[in-house]
Amino acid sequence: MTRRERALLVQVSLYVVLAAAAITLALVADWSTIRQNFWNPDGVDWADGNWGDLIGTGLVNTVKYTAIAFAGGLALGLVLALMRLSPVAPYRWLATAYIEFFRGLPALVVMIFMSFGLPIAFGWTPPGGTIGAGLIGLIMVAGAYMAETLRAGIQAVPKGQTEAARSLGMRPGATTVKVVLPQAFRIVIPPLTNEFVLLIKDTALLFLLGAAASERELTSVARDFLSSGPSSGTATSLIQAALLYLIITLPLTQLVAWLERRQRKAVR
Amino acid sequence: MTASVQPEPGSLPAIEVRGLHKHYGRHEVLKGIDFHVAAGQVVCVIGPSGSGKSTLLRCVNRLEEPSAGEILIEGVDICDRKVDLDEVRSRIGMVFQQFNLFPHLSVLKNLTLAQRSVRGRGKDEAVRIARQNLAKVGLSEKESAYPAHLSGGQQQRVAIARALSMNPDMMLFDEPTSALDPELVGDVLGVMKDLAQEGMTMMVVTHEMGFAREVGDKLVFMDGGVVVEEGLPVDVLSNPQHERTQSFLSKVL
Repeated sequence: MTRRERALLVQVSLYVVLAAAAITLALVADWSTIRQNFWNPDGVDWADGNWGDLIGTGLVNTVKYTAIAFAGGLALGLVLALMRLSPVAPYRWLATAYIEFFRGLPALVVMIFMSFGLPIAFGWTPPGGTIGAGLIGLIMVAGAYMAETLRAGIQAVPKGQTEAARSLGMRPGATTVKVVLPQAFRIVIPPLTNEFVLLIKDTALLFLLGAAASERELTSVARDFLSSGPSSGTATSLIQAALLYLIITLPLTQLVAWLERRQRKAVR
Repeated sequence: MTASVQPEPGSLPAIEVRGLHKHYGRHEVLKGIDFHVAAGQVVCVIGPSGSGKSTLLRCVNRLEEPSAGEILIEGVDICDRKVDLDEVRSRIGMVFQQFNLFPHLSVLKNLTLAQRSVRGRGKDEAVRIARQNLAKVGLSEKESAYPAHLSGGQQQRVAIARALSMNPDMMLFDEPTSALDPELVGDVLGVMKDLAQEGMTMMVVTHEMGFAREVGDKLVFMDGGVVVEEGLPVDVLSNPQHERTQSFLSKVL
């Protein structure tokens, strides 16, 4: 046998094993039971199934909460990033301490602390009830991560840009706002989009804080349908929720990959 | 003996540097520089790399912080805390080796940004002045292009137009042609020559000996952080007095 024939034989046998496994699985599996439990016809029915609440309440709230957490985290992150690059040392220490502290904690701990711990400890309830408190916690953690992303973006803008602006007589503030930040934001669009995807998934943690029916996000709504509604007692609503998450997250991760390829090609 | 061009009596030198020292940690880059540029003069600074010539130029508008010494711009010590450094800088145009155009802005916006934010000019006036200066460097048709789509020579001419749009009293050039392909050097030097003929005060750190000889009023040779020799360009280039100047010129000419 020549080397080529041997390689061909290995390839063919690999396909044969794969096909055998697939056929065995198809023959052994009880498809009607699987369908009943994971894609229950009553649950996935367009008119009377779970879709209405999953999309109308769950998905809408998930997107809304993600947008709020992202906007808040971005604003907080920008302040922290500028503090970290400040010529005034105490600002740098404060920002560094904040970032290291909140990056080192599980987001869930901060969220539970905001919604349960704060009212107990200080008698103060954050605005927006449980969901508002959870979102503030999410913003506090997201801000710490985004601060590091933004700082890296700002530092990636060549020093000559600042020098050119300052040599034209522009003040430090105007230089940052009009010359450095617009370029820094361009650099950090891909990592910030990644951050957005992470936040979409992190809003599922709000499920653990509990909320009124109309305020529930996708995971909470799906969890409700496990024990009530047309497909109660099956995992159908979770599969549906998973699909809805993927419909948002997959295009975004593809977008990030595309942006990164484009950025690598762009020659400055 | 060094011949030096004296400033016109009664007028303050545009740039006067006295006893300038600059060190990074224990490394001393400038070891006591005395240097001046009279109003309307073109002074070229030459020397081997590491001689401190770019550092000297960057100290003139305090992009580098002097360690000791005085820097007087039109008679005012810009190291004085009471001086508004940004205001002084707006009167000193600067051109960099790497152009440093703002890549996120069109050519026209590159020229109007500081006019509007520093000079407080209205949009129409800023655009009018920008277009005048673009015409001057021969790039009127590129006003809506972005820097990435221009050649190095075009970018450097835009950078010169950007500096001119602030109506500066003087211009600093930090090796303006060193990053250019050889065939693009001529256009940039041509623009600089026009400027010199209009009477612009210029300090030019350069390796272009032809430009220094033809356009310069004074030539300064630096080595090892000191001014070794200065005088009329033709004298320094053709008849260098100092042995270090001779050895440098023999390598580059």
